[in-house]
Amino acid sequence: MTTATVPATAEGSPALAGPVRPSPLPVFRHLFTAYVRTWRGSVFSSFVLPVMFLVGMGLSVGSYVDKAGSLGYPYLDYIAPGLLASTVFQVAFNESTYPVAAGFLWLRTFHAMRASPLRPADILGGEILYIWLRAGASGAGFLVVMTLFGTVHSPMALATIPVSLLLAVASATPVLAYSATIKHDAMFAILFRFLVIPATLFAAVFFPVEQLPAAARWLAYLSPLWHGVELTRAATLGTPTALGWMWHVVFLAAWAVVGSLIARRQFNRRLTD
Amino acid sequence: MAEEPLIHARGLVKRFGEVRGRAKRGREVFTAVDGIDVDVQRGESFGFLGPNGAGKSSTMRMIGCVSPPSAGTLRILGLDPIHDGPRIRARLGVCPQQDSLDLDLSVTENLLVYAGYFGIPRAMARPRAAELLEFVQLTDRANDRVEPLSGGMKRRLTIARALVNEPDLVLLDEPTTGLDPQARHLVWERLFRLKQRGVTLVLTTHYMDEAEQLCDRLVVMDKGRIVAEGSPRSLIEAHSTREVLELRFGGEALEPLAGKLAGIGERVEVLPDRILVYADDGDAATAAVHQRGLAPSSVLVRRSSLEDVFLKLTGRTLVEEKG
Repeated sequence: MTTATVPATAEGSPALAGPVRPSPLPVFRHLFTAYVRTWRGSVFSSFVLPVMFLVGMGLSVGSYVDKAGSLGYPYLDYIAPGLLASTVFQVAFNESTYPVAAGFLWLRTFHAMRASPLRPADILGGEILYIWLRAGASGAGFLVVMTLFGTVHSPMALATIPVSLLLAVASATPVLAYSATIKHDAMFAILFRFLVIPATLFAAVFFPVEQLPAAARWLAYLSPLWHGVELTRAATLGTPTALGWMWHVVFLAAWAVVGSLIARRQFNRRLTD
Repeated sequence: MAEEPLIHARGLVKRFGEVRGRAKRGREVFTAVDGIDVDVQRGESFGFLGPNGAGKSSTMRMIGCVSPPSAGTLRILGLDPIHDGPRIRARLGVCPQQDSLDLDLSVTENLLVYAGYFGIPRAMARPRAAELLEFVQLTDRANDRVEPLSGGMKRRLTIARALVNEPDLVLLDEPTTGLDPQARHLVWERLFRLKQRGVTLVLTTHYMDEAEQLCDRLVVMDKGRIVAEGSPRSLIEAHSTREVLELRFGGEALEPLAGKLAGIGERVEVLPDRILVYADDGDAATAAVHQRGLAPSSVLVRRSSLEDVFLKLTGRTLVEEKG
């Protein structure tokens, strides 16, 4: 029988760490450690699938749309930035739902973090950093594919990366706030069906919102996705945006700020009793 | 010698279902902890013993600085849990009742990411993790994913995780609940070793044998209050007799039989499936039972335990009767 060394002492050893500085970085590092183990599975949904959409819709449907010639540029080039933004939007949504519910409910990893010096806001911050990584990487990967397909018409296309990060945090934080309140996951499927899919279909990813009836158009204007699509498309095509880029940025930033504040409150509530 | 206790509580109260002292609309206020006084000194092994719902876990969560007290005084490591939560938690080791390991990560990765929460650099965390895995006898599983591990292994890993920051105070909420007897003994043995090394342990349990083995001192809790305090031995001496006679009578109704036992020993308790006779001399009491012409189907003489203390103090058993 081996004798293991003393794991802790009566005197209370000098702290292993320096002064207590709670930060979101250890949470991000934890999530990243888990991602390194499981990244292969995510490549399909956040990369291969959107590229299939691009090829399928852009080239096939595009060949009919382009005959009419009403867009001013190839349909492939039109939907590619839309698909980039909608991919970022869906990655942000997905990462804010089941994995977060697992942290609160199933794995209870957030409760383990809470027992350490970390504060609920650090846990939220770590989640947002991780979502940025996932959404940013998906957006960047898609941009490379777009370039290979020759759909990028402006050096401004690089702006899609910061736009993706802004869109990701604007879409993720309200969902994070919601995920911190639930007791079971039944609503996620409903949210996906009634928010994510309609947003993807009607927020100018595949066709301009002007095609929508006026009432539905306003719903598109409210969704962060439409603003993200406008900015992304303007960046890759080198065209102007619907409202002027500043307004789209302000709108997304407002979603992000309000979403973060509510999410922080809900994380605090959920992890304090 | 006047060192401040690691835990100091006076009139500590936890109520649920209220906001800023007022009942939430449509919710009844529930008092989980109802004014308890506790002091835990460095190097002690201290226990909260009580049935489910006694307020043990609520107390532990207040001590763990994740649940603000509703009233009363609470100081942990000489600090205020409301204002110094992160500073206190940096020096606590918490083993929660429900597992909270990341099942997708390996055993070692779980320790490394957890060390990260405390700001411990990887270079320091690696040897520390290896040392702790040795201590909880999981070295051979160090690189395995956590998910397929047995319940006992997961619990041992959780205990190792709680030690990663070399805590001043280790909190264990029901450390062996849900484990099979063999796994439980292995956990007890590890915790006993920690205790021997002078680590301050605070644990909750509803198993009297766990409390007897691990606690220098304990409080018995019932319905949010402390009903007795002392070492396991002193509690037994103060609240029970030296021995207990357990009588079973097949299918017979026990209440009428209890009347016939009156006067034997100090006290008679009727449980759903058996009668307990409290007497300092169990054999003499057995003889007295037979003298009265009673024929129990089984007779067992045993020493008094904390279970008997609890029964005496609350009129109820700690663990649900299995019948």
